[in-house]
Amino acid sequence: MSRIQESVIVRTIVRIMVPFIELFALYVIMHGSGGPGGGFQGGVIFGAAIILYAMIYGIAKGKERMPDTLDKILASTGLTIYAGTGLLCLFFGGKFLQYGMVPLLPDDPAEVSALLIDAVEIGIGITVSAVMISLFFDVSPPESEEEELPAELPISTYREA
Amino acid sequence: MKTLALFVVLLAGAMLVYAGQDLPPFGDSTTDMYQNRVTQRYIAGTEVESGVPNMVTALLANYRGYDTLGETTVIFTAGVAVMLLLRRRET
Repeated sequence: MSRIQESVIVRTIVRIMVPFIELFALYVIMHGSGGPGGGFQGGVIFGAAIILYAMIYGIAKGKERMPDTLDKILASTGLTIYAGTGLLCLFFGGKFLQYGMVPLLPDDPAEVSALLIDAVEIGIGITVSAVMISLFFDVSPPESEEEELPAELPISTYREA
Repeated sequence: MKTLALFVVLLAGAMLVYAGQDLPPFGDSTTDMYQNRVTQRYIAGTEVESGVPNMVTALLANYRGYDTLGETTVIFTAGVAVMLLLRRRET
């Protein structure tokens, strides 16, 4: 455990900041249809919140909050939401991703399209955040080796250890 | 080596600034790309067809929805590929 991870100030600030970063990520995703923002940006911010938590509180604790199984499920769920929205339009007689054809509000195809664009953005956000988190965990060393190995050991040795 | 890197960075920056001189003024409505029929079609159709005020989102998720689906798939595939290549097996 490095010195910065032991710092009370850093740990407290991170604990306070993480929920607000997550809230901001949700805002960016939902704001995508009305202003700057969208699924990609919001997803990255959400991923960054979890990554920040895992960096300060340790990889093991981060994985406790975001298990690999849940990560995999979320990554594919987001893509399924997107493709499923497209297939829904196909099902109601439109073209693939022709949102206006879904009879949610029969007289206003533009409004339906705005709603389904939001659904699509949520799908993108889920996938992007899950992939970001899984990338971080993939390149991070396991907790046990992180602690006991000296810093000057070459990477190749500690891969085999 | 560091001097060379700094020189390359400065050169690239200078080229960008030089090329930036040719950009039209921000919000100029007389340029070719603004007058283009496709642009005009999107500007007129966004609010009516997509129902969202943000034109970028309307293009991204509605007019070019298929493209964005592909982008999301690329990100997902990249994540799965890194997972397969780099994840350590639990021993």
